Amino acid sequence: MTSLIIVSVLAVAVLYLGLFKYKTALLPVSVTGLLAAAAMAAMDWDLEKMYFSEMMLFDNYAVAFSILLILTTLLIFGLSRNYFEKISNNVAEYYALMLFALAGGVVMVSFHNLAMLFIGIEILSISLYVLAGIRRKDPASNEASLKYFLMGAFATGFLLFGTALIYGATGSFNLAAIASSGAFESALFRAGVLLMMVGLSFKVSVAPFHTWTPDVYEGSPGLIAMFMATVVKTAGFAAFLRLFLMAFAEASAFWAITVAILCILTLFAGNITAVFQDRFKRLLAWSSVSHAGYLLLAILAVGFSASSAVLVYTIAYSLASVAAFGIMILVSRARGNDHLDSFNGLARTNPFLAFTLTLAVCSLAGIPLTAGFFGKFYVFKVALAQGYTWLVVLAVINAMIGIYYYFKVIIAMYMKENANAVAIQLNPGFRLVLSIVVFLIFLFGIFPGLIANIL
Amino acid sequence: MSHFLIVGAALFSIGLYTVFSRKNAILVLIGIEFMLNAAILNLVAFGRYDRIDNEGQVFAIFAIVLAAATVAVALAIIINVYKQYKTIDPDKIKDMKY
Repeated sequence: MTSLIIVSVLAVAVLYLGLFKYKTALLPVSVTGLLAAAAMAAMDWDLEKMYFSEMMLFDNYAVAFSILLILTTLLIFGLSRNYFEKISNNVAEYYALMLFALAGGVVMVSFHNLAMLFIGIEILSISLYVLAGIRRKDPASNEASLKYFLMGAFATGFLLFGTALIYGATGSFNLAAIASSGAFESALFRAGVLLMMVGLSFKVSVAPFHTWTPDVYEGSPGLIAMFMATVVKTAGFAAFLRLFLMAFAEASAFWAITVAILCILTLFAGNITAVFQDRFKRLLAWSSVSHAGYLLLAILAVGFSASSAVLVYTIAYSLASVAAFGIMILVSRARGNDHLDSFNGLARTNPFLAFTLTLAVCSLAGIPLTAGFFGKFYVFKVALAQGYTWLVVLAVINAMIGIYYYFKVIIAMYMKENANAVAIQLNPGFRLVLSIVVFLIFLFGIFPGLIANIL
Repeated sequence: MSHFLIVGAALFSIGLYTVFSRKNAILVLIGIEFMLNAAILNLVAFGRYDRIDNEGQVFAIFAIVLAAATVAVALAIIINVYKQYKTIDPDKIKDMKY
């Protein structure tokens, strides 16, 4: 709880720093504040405290995901030095909006009442509508913002209507009261669950509600796309799982088949379209759609250590995405665009970047010795324990398709030559963050027990 | 009670139809508002059967506030888009290729 207060106050403080033109202080203040927030969140471990008359519950699930969100934001801030200054003069707004979005994310992982779920999603989304369009002079950024807004607000309508129907069927917004209401057979309740599922699917880009994803990722500034792919996706799935775990778990016989169909659609839509992409940012966007499919597998298996599987998967995915998007930003800045050909010869000019990107895409593809392998392993394991063998077979086929398109960029870096490529200069922030990410991907890839037994 | 539900469902459907059929971002926004207000109407109507007083009404107020915040951001985005493209038809705003 203290961490949520710190993040919110920090965002306002950063706005004031911007108002009084202390631009150099923005990054240090944000980083210190986030470290403090992460530490305060860690102190809530095992306390299981309810806040605001059972509006929020800080159990271990909430604490683990809050810390993950805060630390991922910290990594993104580490890359942001001199990045936002190139886009506009009002740098404070970026930090403030990202911190507000983070506050929304923390609410989303710790809600114990449908009202807080709705409010958390809205805080996160409204900040992101602005962030997506923050390059005001760039048509692509405006287009991304408009599309994201129209889709997001449309999804909000579904979410709110679903909430209203569930309230009508059960007479409460409280998750525990909904779970014990026994109204699972009523048509009102079932319609509500489906509508909420549609709303949440939009937010986490599950097919067939994923159409905004590639355009929004491509049009938004690189760091914002990174934020969407890591923090927003993690928060969205943590909220999705928390809702279905704590409120709808008893009714799983009814919604499981729908989630299974969404999962298959998402996996195939994401992976098959990604094969045909020749720009790296769009490829990452489609791959993020496919990762939503793998995460849905874990939601199917509510109860069987699904939260642990989702935690491992999102940690691995966030780390790899930070590295992949970070290097994409560097390459597209140095060579003009993010076409796969721009990566030609990177192994010769920048061996460290090429190695990091190789590791990141291996982790995204799920190659052993990287964190991503264990992410997929645990997700498949919980799905198998629930008897979804056919679904896991389809998911493994998709993972193999994934290896094909992820390796296109490795081939470009190591096998193809680019005669006039020059070495890309790294600033210390990038070097530090990428080193941390490489270390953690290896660490969790070799000792998965460090994160697998947290929840 | 069922009257409220019928009106709510009708509003939601009108909003849904508006979102899909209109060629103007402002009208799409109005459609979205219809959907949100349908939900808010339902919340208030269901509030009658709640064990706790006014829970549905309080949620409705939160939803109204957040919808207002969304509209403020949305209008700013639409103005910006209009400056860039000189149109606010979402179907015409597609520079990015699939």
